[in-house]
Parts: sequence; structure tokens; C-alpha cells
Amino acid sequence: MAVQRHVLENGLVVILKEVQSAPLISWWVLYRIGSRNEPTGKTGISHWVEHMMFKGTEAFPAKEVDKMFDRLGGTWNAQTSFDYTAYYETLPADKIDLALRHEADRMVNARFDIEEVESERTVIISERQGLENSPLFWLDEEISAAAFRVHGYHHEIVGDLHDLRTMTRDDLYSHYRRYYVPNNAIVVAVGAFDPDDMLSRIRQHFGAIPAGDTPPLFVRPEPEQQGERRVTVERPGHTAFLEYAYRAPAAGDDDFYALTILDSILTGPDGQIDNKTSRLYRALVETEIAASIGGGLVPTVDPYLYTIVVTLRDGRTIAEAEVIIESEIARLVAGDVSQAEVDKAKKQARASFAYTTETVTGQGYWLAFAENLGSYGWFEGYIDRLDHVSLDDVKAAAIRYLRPRNRVVGHLIPTGLVDGANDEDDDDAE
Amino acid sequence: MTQNNVALGLPNSSNITRAVLSNGVTVLVRANPSVKSVVLVGQMRGGSLYESPQHNGLASMTAASLMRGTESRGLQAIASRLEDIGADFDFAAGVHHVSFGGKALAEDLPVLIDTLADCVMNPVFPSDQVDRLRGEVMTWLQYSLQDTRRQASRAFRESLYDASHPYHYSPRGTLESLPGIDAQMLKQFHASQYGPDGVTIVIVGAVDPAAAVDAVRAKLESWTAPDQAPARSVGSAANVDRTIHTVVPIPGKTQSDVVIGVVGPERRSPDFQAARIANSILGEFGMMGRIGDEVREKAGLAYYAYSRIEGGYGPGAWSISAGVNPANVERAVDLSLQEVRKMAAEHVTDTELDDNKSYFIGRMPLQLETNEGLAGAILSMETFELGLDYLVEYPAQINAVTADGVREAIQTYWTPDAVVVAVAGAADQG
Repeated sequence: MAVQRHVLENGLVVILKEVQSAPLISWWVLYRIGSRNEPTGKTGISHWVEHMMFKGTEAFPAKEVDKMFDRLGGTWNAQTSFDYTAYYETLPADKIDLALRHEADRMVNARFDIEEVESERTVIISERQGLENSPLFWLDEEISAAAFRVHGYHHEIVGDLHDLRTMTRDDLYSHYRRYYVPNNAIVVAVGAFDPDDMLSRIRQHFGAIPAGDTPPLFVRPEPEQQGERRVTVERPGHTAFLEYAYRAPAAGDDDFYALTILDSILTGPDGQIDNKTSRLYRALVETEIAASIGGGLVPTVDPYLYTIVVTLRDGRTIAEAEVIIESEIARLVAGDVSQAEVDKAKKQARASFAYTTETVTGQGYWLAFAENLGSYGWFEGYIDRLDHVSLDDVKAAAIRYLRPRNRVVGHLIPTGLVDGANDEDDDDAE
Repeated sequence: MTQNNVALGLPNSSNITRAVLSNGVTVLVRANPSVKSVVLVGQMRGGSLYESPQHNGLASMTAASLMRGTESRGLQAIASRLEDIGADFDFAAGVHHVSFGGKALAEDLPVLIDTLADCVMNPVFPSDQVDRLRGEVMTWLQYSLQDTRRQASRAFRESLYDASHPYHYSPRGTLESLPGIDAQMLKQFHASQYGPDGVTIVIVGAVDPAAAVDAVRAKLESWTAPDQAPARSVGSAANVDRTIHTVVPIPGKTQSDVVIGVVGPERRSPDFQAARIANSILGEFGMMGRIGDEVREKAGLAYYAYSRIEGGYGPGAWSISAGVNPANVERAVDLSLQEVRKMAAEHVTDTELDDNKSYFIGRMPLQLETNEGLAGAILSMETFELGLDYLVEYPAQINAVTADGVREAIQTYWTPDAVVVAVAGAADQG
């Protein structure tokens, strides 16, 4: 069925898609606020507020909500990203009113009790420490900080430890009041419903919530990079990593699609399909320099990064991998790309898109995500726009984006282990 | 309830096509016309149960090498057939079985079937590919020495099961065992363990079931392996008789991961459903059950804290896992075991029991929404010999669980003063 878009009087954007394949409905509420809008001193605030939204309201006490959705056989969760904070519930279709009531209620009535804020501070810091246990987290954090001197993409979504220690309940509550208003939100329903009926239910639950002031969004555009930047991180361990991060176009830019195809050729399609036939796998893994390679291009509101990550094999050097990557990038920039490679990338994208959108939850996510980028049509038209990318577009994108002055190169240098932690015989001390 | 579930289109004996080929291969197909793709999953003998401790990793290397060369195709040709059409397929060895699975657009099902047949029937294990794979796995093992979750799980497993039990070992092998495994050993392992006996294949998607069975028959019915060794099973495992603390110090970590547990029930144990509900109340339902409530919500000690029951083909673990600050390890362990003691001493409440039954029954539509979900459920019904009407009968099985049964399940498997506590993380913890 066709997607419908409505805007309520209070500014709430409503996207509806009827899908009758299973007796389920997925319900999404996305707020147009994410880590890119956080100033120094308040990094991580969007993510922390997301956590606080699970602490309950008068009408929906925290412990009861968890149980309420589980009891119905539903699933619910939330995610904070660079560009948004989103919440969802996927439930048996005849129970969806509960999700609507719950989200309408916590758009206005979340409690932010001081004791809960302090208890959650420990949990959030623990989440950051869990991330820090991965050496690659440290490398990514340094690369983002080097790539974005000005723009809010410079810090990790979880936030800097200092800010997590110093932010107050009032900081969090102000953020909530300012950004959690209907005129800063997108709601999406996908599943087994009648669209007219669903729209009237949404009006019933959300229509009376007053619009707030148009929230000020903290955004500072990143100035043009003036030359290659390099960062080095040293962490305990045995495994070295090399990461290239090129400045990439925003998701709405035509070049985003050309770069998506370029990425598929260079490092393989997204994670749902293997990448053994990609150029860098053949050049780095088959030559036994790397144990694995991967690439990533994230659709974002503002220009972000296209990354290539190489896991070095024991005994091989970062310098060896750099030589290979430079040579493969040079091939692309010189126009050495075939129509067959472009066609293959398009077929892979079509298959991947089909896999991703087979659940109502997946479709709900992408419609909300796309509307936040500018229009739900971004999702609906994704495959068409990829299909329109020509071989020349791909070659032009390689020249435009894969330039040394447009990138940050990061090295993760392992410093080995101490204290005999890699000695298996020492592990069983009681 | 039964009628409703049938009306919902649950997979059952009347809508699953089941065929046993003349060589013993079992095929089950379920049409799902609401999607564009198809999923093929299954399992066969050849897990680490069939290797010796000295050659730990042999089964895993064999399975992972199947797609690295056959009599008619090299690695790139095998990968290219799949990746060119956006399909994916792989093999992986666990303890009991080699699992295989993949997906494609529905019209490409023949490629999945042909890949499966060619790789299991005609692999050649090229020595250069085996050497390369070994290097990749060893790089991964080196890296995982830095992974606190993996190290806590490894230490837990090694302490809970003694060296004579197959569960003591990870199917991946170790940095010490892998260098002793070569291509010739893989060939021998394949020749002695692989064969049609014990192979189960499940296909779900936008396909015609009879045609899908015929397609499998055409490729796999000619497979014979007269030398295939008979099936093995694992023996029982005694629980520890006192609490064993194991610490894996890892430098540079800011968070510790903890695993606490005992030997749990097999999937086919008569008390399995009662144990599942007990586990859910302990550390799953709502925000990670009672343990989530005590350790994360009330004490704010952890980002995650949950319990899990393996319940597979043998006496798998029943465990509690948490990620906590090193200073809070002891408290998190005490709080978790306190909940186990309570559940052994007192009946769970009627509300808890009813809520969890509703949770287990109510989430079926969500679990069965995707091809993967349907295929996994059908594979379990077949391989655990639950009967193809298991899902129809499932609500009655769940509703039959009593508070007595839940308490008995805890009492049967848990002795809170005799558990394994494994901690991996900051090097200076006690």
C-alpha cells in the first residue's frame, strides 16, 4: 500500500504504511535531536535523555511498562544517533493503542527524578566503559575528533566522560522539554491497520499536545579540510588496525548514491552480504596482509565520513596495508571501474534492501529515518536513485571524494599485553 | 488458543512440506509469499564433538574451509556466484553440528542449493586457503584476548566443564592448537564425519514447496558417504561442588564482565519449559527480570545484567552475565545470587507466572514474522524431535507450568553456594 503523510495542527508529522503480511504493527516516534546538536559540556545528553525516558511517568511507572509490553509479546526499545533520538514499539496489531498512549504520555510527562538521574549516571558511565573495552572505539573516537573540529559529529554519541560526570538533572530536563515537542517529532506506523482508523487514533492521543517553541538546533558547519590529518592510538593488545575516513556527502546529496556504489566495489556491500569479491578483500586479505576489511557509509543529515577499516594479520605492518590501499584508491581515481562492477553493486543493493525491509519494524525505522533526512521519499526512492547512478557518476565521485586532503588516516598500534593476561595457564587462579 | 494459532498461519504439519531423500537428507519447506526473498538453513554432523582436544579447532576449520575451494570452483568463483546476485551463504561448526545458512532473492534459490551441495560434497581444502584461514582465525583469537565478554565466557566455560567434556572447549580452537591443524587433516575429517546421514535442510520464502524439494533432491540425493562415522552425543556434566572464582586480568580495561552460572537443562529435558520461565523471571522478562531490576535499576551497578539458559543438545549452561565497574563486581555477584536464593526458597508470584506465560505465548507472531524466524523454528521442531505441530501445542505446554515447577527448576539446577564466577577485566581487580 502507498505511504501516507499527514501533519497535525500541532506540527506532528505522521507517516502511515499499511502492511498486512503479519498481525503486527510497528510504531515509531523520532525526535529531530541527536548528538550532532550537542555543544561542548553537554556531549551525550541526547543519549542520556533517551535512557531517562525509560524511567516512567505517573501513568506508566517504569517497572510496569517493561512488563506491560513483554506481557503482550511485543518488543520496544530506543536508539540515539547523530541526527535523531527514536523510540519504537512493535506489538500484536490489536494492542497498538497501548504504544500510542505510552508514547504520547512520555512526550510530556517523563519524570526525571533526581535519584533516577544519579542512578542512571552510573549506568551510562558503565556503558561508555564497556565501549572503551574495545580498542576500535578509541580509534574511532580519535578519528571523529580529528575529522570534525567544529561540527557536532566530533564526539561520540555516548558523550565525553567529563560531561557524563558533570551534567545535572536540570540540564537533562531542559533538553527534554525543549526538544520533545510534537513540532519536532515524526511518528510512523507500519503494519496491519486501516490508515484512516490509525490516523484518527493518533489524533486522539497526540492531537491535544500543544506545540512548543521551534527548538533551536545547535549546528556548526565544518569548514573545509586543508590537508590530510593523521591520528595514532596506542592500546594494549596484539592486533593493529588501519582506518581511512574520507569526508562523504550528506544522504540527500546525489553523490551519496555514487559513493555507495563505489564503497560496494571497494569493500563490499553492507554487512548482510559477504565481501570476498570486493577489491580490498582481494588485495589485502588474499595477500595475507589483513585478516579482514570493511567499509562504511552512514546516511546522515550533514556530510559525515566514509570509512575503510583494515584488521592487520599478526606480523604484517600498517605500512604494507597503506601501500595497497593507496594503489587501489589510485585505480578508482584514474577511472578504472567497469559497468559490470556498477551493475553488480546495484543488484547487491536491491537484495540487501529487500532483506532489510521484510519486517514491519525495519520499514518503520527506515521511514522515520528518511523523513528526518528530509522526506520519507528518500527511503521509497532509494533503489531508483541508485539505479540512476551511471558509470561516469561513480568515476566522478572517486575523483571528488577519495583525495588525501579529504581524509583522516588512523593507526591503532597494539602495545602488547602485560601481567601474563594472555597466558591461558594463569586464567584459572581461584 | 489452538484454533487461533492455526488461524494465524503458524507453521504446522499441514503447511510444512517434509521429505526424506533416499540417502537420509531431510528437507522441510514452508512458503512465505509475503516477501521477495528466500532463506535456506540447516545442520549436519561434524561439530567439535567429533574432534580430539589436541586438535581443537579442526571441526571449525573444516566447516569454514568448505567454501574455499571445490573440485570445480575456487574461492573467488564460489563467492562471486553468491555476491554477484546479493546472496549470502556460510558454514560454521558448533559443538554438536555444522550449521549452514544463507539467503537470496527468491528466484536465486537454486544458487543457494547448488552452493550447499557443491561445498559439502566436493570440497578440496586447498592448503594455501587453509593456511590463510588459520591466520585469520588466529588474528581474531589474538584480538579476542582483549574482549572482556569473550574472556569471561571462556573462563566460565573452562571452569564449569572439566577437560574431559566437549563443552570445556571452544569450537574455534586456540592459539596453541590451530598451528597443528593442516589441510590434510581437514580432508580426513571431512571424509570421516561428513555425509548425508543427519542432514536437515529448511527452506522458507517466496517459493513453491514441491519445486524446492525437487531442487534439493536433484543436487543432494546422489550424495553418499559409506564411511561416515556414527552420530555422537555428549555425556552429562556434573555441577561444581563448591564455588569457583576465576579472574582474567586484562590491562587497560575500565569495565569488567562477569559470568555466574551452573550446568542447566537440555532442550529435551521434561522441565525445560519450567526452567525457561524460571530464567525469564530471574533475568529476562521486563528490563532483564529480577536481576535487571536489582543490579541495574535499583543499584545502578551495570549497563547490562541478564540471565540465559542454553538448552541445546546437551547439558548447556544456565548463566547470569553482567558488565560492571571493577569496584562493583562483588556486589553485583551477591545481588544476583540473592535473587537465585529467593527463587529457590519462595514461589514466584501468580502475577509473575501469568505475565511470563503471556510473554512466551504472545511474542510468537513477532518471532515468526521473518523467513529467518520461521526457518529457525522449523529447524528446532525437526532436530529436537518436537513434532511439526509443536508451535500449535506450545501455548498449552507453557500454560501447564506451575509455580512449583518454576521453583523446582531453580532447585534442580542451582546451588547458589556452588557456582562458577568468572570475571574478566581491569587488571588490578581482586
